[in-house]
Amino acid sequence: MPSVILRTSARPLLALMLVFSLYLLLRGHNAPGGGFIGGLFAASGFAVYAIAFGRRAAEAALRFTPKAVLGAGLLLALVSGLPAFLLGEPFLTHLWWSVLSTALVFDVGVYLTVVGAVCAFLFELTEE
Amino acid sequence: MPFTALAIAAAIAAAAPLLLITRLPPAVRGWAAAAVPFALFVGFATMLPGVAAGSIPTDVMRWVPSLGVELAFRVDGLSLLMALLITGIGAGVFAFSGRYLAGHPRQGRFLAVLALFMAAMLGTVTSDHLIALFVFWELTSLTSFLLIGFKGESERARAAALQALLVTGAGGLMLLAAALLLGQAAGTFRLSEIIAAGPALTEHPLAPAILVLLILAAFTKSAQAPLHFWLPNAMEAPTPVSAYLHSATMVKLGVYLLARFNPVFGGEELWTGALVTAGTATMLVGALLALRETDLKRVLAYSTVVALGTLVMLLGLQDPIAATAAMTFLIVHALYKASLFLVAGIIDHETGTRDATRLGGLARSMPVTAVVALAAGLSMAGLPPFVGFVGKELLYEAKLTHPVAPLLLVGAGVLANAAMVVVGGILSVRAFLGTPRGLETTPHDPPPEMLAGPAALAAGGVLFGLLPGTLGGWLVEPAVSAVMGSAAMGSATPAPLALWHGFTPVLGLSVLTLALGIAVFLRWEPLRRRMERWHLLDRHGPERGYTVALGGFQWLAAWQTRLIQPGSLRVYATVTLAVIAAATAAPMLFGGGIAVPAGWLDLTVYEAGAALLLMAGAVAAVVARGMLAGIMAVGVVGFGSALVFLLFGAPDLAFTQFAVEVLFIVILTAVLLKLPLREPEHRTRGQRRTDAALAVGVGSVGALVMLAVLASPFDPTLGAWFGAASVPEAHGRNVVNVIIVDFRALDTLGEITVLGLAGLAALAILKRRPQAPQGGA
Repeated sequence: MPSVILRTSARPLLALMLVFSLYLLLRGHNAPGGGFIGGLFAASGFAVYAIAFGRRAAEAALRFTPKAVLGAGLLLALVSGLPAFLLGEPFLTHLWWSVLSTALVFDVGVYLTVVGAVCAFLFELTEE
Repeated sequence: MPFTALAIAAAIAAAAPLLLITRLPPAVRGWAAAAVPFALFVGFATMLPGVAAGSIPTDVMRWVPSLGVELAFRVDGLSLLMALLITGIGAGVFAFSGRYLAGHPRQGRFLAVLALFMAAMLGTVTSDHLIALFVFWELTSLTSFLLIGFKGESERARAAALQALLVTGAGGLMLLAAALLLGQAAGTFRLSEIIAAGPALTEHPLAPAILVLLILAAFTKSAQAPLHFWLPNAMEAPTPVSAYLHSATMVKLGVYLLARFNPVFGGEELWTGALVTAGTATMLVGALLALRETDLKRVLAYSTVVALGTLVMLLGLQDPIAATAAMTFLIVHALYKASLFLVAGIIDHETGTRDATRLGGLARSMPVTAVVALAAGLSMAGLPPFVGFVGKELLYEAKLTHPVAPLLLVGAGVLANAAMVVVGGILSVRAFLGTPRGLETTPHDPPPEMLAGPAALAAGGVLFGLLPGTLGGWLVEPAVSAVMGSAAMGSATPAPLALWHGFTPVLGLSVLTLALGIAVFLRWEPLRRRMERWHLLDRHGPERGYTVALGGFQWLAAWQTRLIQPGSLRVYATVTLAVIAAATAAPMLFGGGIAVPAGWLDLTVYEAGAALLLMAGAVAAVVARGMLAGIMAVGVVGFGSALVFLLFGAPDLAFTQFAVEVLFIVILTAVLLKLPLREPEHRTRGQRRTDAALAVGVGSVGALVMLAVLASPFDPTLGAWFGAASVPEAHGRNVVNVIIVDFRALDTLGEITVLGLAGLAALAILKRRPQAPQGGA
C-alpha cells in the first residue's frame, strides 16, 4: 500500500505536471522544451499516479487507451505535413499564421506519441 | 486541379466516417457508403472525353525533394479504364455491403478498410512513380489480408488471409526489386519516362533480371498457375470482398503491370513466351478445377483464374487485335463477374447456402435477381447480344491470327470458354430456372441497394453489347494505345468492336464453344462427382508445395532462433557489448585512430564535480548488493550526465535526460515490486571476472573514441547554418526544437513511428493473459 503522502500528493502532482508539460510543449519552439520533453513530463505525472492509485485509476485518468493516444499522435504528426501540398511545397514544409503553425500540430503529435508509448509500458508494468 | 490526388485523399478520408456507419439505420447505410465511390466514378468519367482525345492529365507533387521522391499521378487510357472499374464497381460493392453486413458489429471497420483498399487501388493504377506504385501495390495486399481475414474468429479465414498475404507479398518484394533495378537502369523512377524510352531499355545488362522480377510480381498478384491456389482460398472473405478485390479489381493489378510494361518488354521472347505459356496453363487449370467445386464462390473464383490466364495470354501475343481483345475482356469480365459474385452473395443471404447442388428454381421467389443473374450469366457464357459475346469473338480472332501456334491457343480457348459457359449456366440458369430443390427458407428479392450494383453491372453488359462502338472508342482504344506504346500504334489501328462480324470462322468457334459448354452443363453433376474423386490434385498440387515450404520455413526460423536467441539476457548483453567493443577498437588500434586533445584534463571545479559524481555512481552500481541500491546508483549516473549537458549549454538535452531518468527509475521500481529485492549472486567467480573485464574493455573503448572525436577539428558549418536559419526560415529561436519539428521533421516522424511501434509491442508482449488459477498466496 503506497504511503499517505504519495496518495495525497499524486493527484495535485498529476495536474501540476500536466500543466507544466503543456507549458513546455507550447514554449518549445523558442525556449527549452518541446513535444518530446513535454510528453515525458506528462507521462511521469501518470507514472506517479499509477503508483499511488494503481493501474486502473491511471488508465481512467488518461481517459483514452495508450494505443489511441499514440495513434492519434502519429496521425497528427503525419497530417501536419499534408497542407504544404496545397501550396505546392514538399511534404512537412510547415506553414505559419503568426504564432500558430503546422509545426505546433507536429509537436503536439510528438507529445501525444511519447505520452502514449510511455504509458503503454507503464500501465502494463504497474500492478493493480 | 490535381483530381487524381484528391480522389485518393478522399477515399482515405472516407474511411473515418465509415467507421461510424453503424450509427445510421441499416436502410440508408448502403447509399451513404456508396456516396464517395460514386462521386469519384463520376469525376473520373468526366475525364473520358479528354483522355479519348489523347490528353494525359498528370499531377506532380514534391514529396521529399531532397531524396528525389515525388508523388506523380498520370491518367492515360489504361489508368482511366482501371480507375473507372475501381470506383464504379466500388460504388456497387459499397452499397451492397451497407446492407449485406448490416447485422455485423464490425461493419464500420469493414467499410473503412474497403475504402482504404479503394484508395490503394486508385494509387496503384495512377502512380507515375515506381516507388509510389510499389507502396500502393503493397497497400492493396495489406488491405486484402485484412478483408480476407475479416471473420478472424474462423481459422480457415485466418489461414487464407495469411496465404494470400505471403504469396502476393512475395510478389510485392519482387516488384520492389524490379522497381529499384529499373530506376537504376533507366536513370529515372518516373514510369512515363521509362515507357517513353521504350525497348531501348532492354539493351541494359539488368534488363533480364527486371523482366523476370516484373513477371513474377504480376503472376503472384494475378494468380497465374502454379500460384493460383491463394485465390480460391481467399473466398473465405465476405462476398463483397470476393466481388471487388478477388475478381474485378485487385487481381487485375498483375495484368495492369504487364500491360504497363508491355511497350518496354513486348519485343522480348522471354516476355511473350512466359506470358503465353503461363496464361494458357492458367486458363486450363482454372477451367478444370472450376468444374469440381460446388460452392458458388469457389466455382466463380476458379473461373476468375481462367479469365486472368486469358488476359495474361492475350498480352503475350503482341498484336493490336490481341491487345484490343485483352482490354475488352478486362471490362467484360469485370462487369459480369462482379455482378455474379454479388448475386451469389444475395443467394447466400436469402437462402443460407451457396451449395450449387442444393439450389434451383429461385426465379419464382426472386424474379428481379433472376433477371440480373441471367443477364450476367449469359454474358459470361458469351451469348449475343451481351458484351461477353463481343469479347469472346475478339479472343478467338486474336488467337487465330497468332503466327506460332494458333491451333493450340484456339483449342485451349475453346475449352476455357466452354467452362465459362458451364459456370455461367450453373449460376444463372441452374440456380434460377432449374427445378426447385426444397430449401428451408423462402427467399425474396433483396432491398434495392443490394441489387443496384449487380443490376447496373449487368445492364452495362447489355448496353455495351448493343453499342460496342461506344465501348471501343471511349474505353478500349485509349487503353490499347497505352498497352502497345505509341510507336506501334502509329502503323496499326485497333480492331473495331462489333456485335456481328458475319459468318466467319470465329462465329463457328463460338457455336462450337457453346455446344461443348451446354453438353458439359447438362452432365455437370455426374461429371463433377467423378472429378471430385481426383484426390491426386489435392495431394500433389502447388498448394501442397506452399504448405511444405511454409512448414520448412517455420522450422528454419525456430532452429535459428534457438541458436542465436537463447533467452538469457546475460548472453545477449555479453555478445552485443563484446562485438561493439571489438569492432570499435580494431580500427582504432590498427588504423592509428588513437588521439588525445591538448589540455583534456583542464577542468573547472563544476566539471570535475560532475565527473566525480558520475564515477561515484558507476562504482556504486557495480558494488551495490541489492537491486534497489543498484538502480539508484545507475540513476545517479543518469542525473550526472544531465548535469554535464547542462554545464555545456544543452538545456533541452539535460531536461530530457532528467525526465527519462525519472521515468526509468519509476518504471523499474514498478517492475521490481514483482521481483525479489535481493537476488542471490549466482555467477561463478570466473564469470564475474569475465564480466568485469568486458565492462572495463567497453568503457575504455568508449573513452578512447570520445578523446579521438574531441581531438579532431570541429566543423561548425551545420551548427552555424541551423543557428542562422532558425528564426528567418522556421520562426523559432530554440534551434534544437526547430531541428526536431521542422528542419529534420521527417527524421522525427520516423523516430516517433519507432517509438509508437515500441509502445504497441509493449502492449502486445506485456498484456496480461487470462491467468490460470493460482495456488497458494
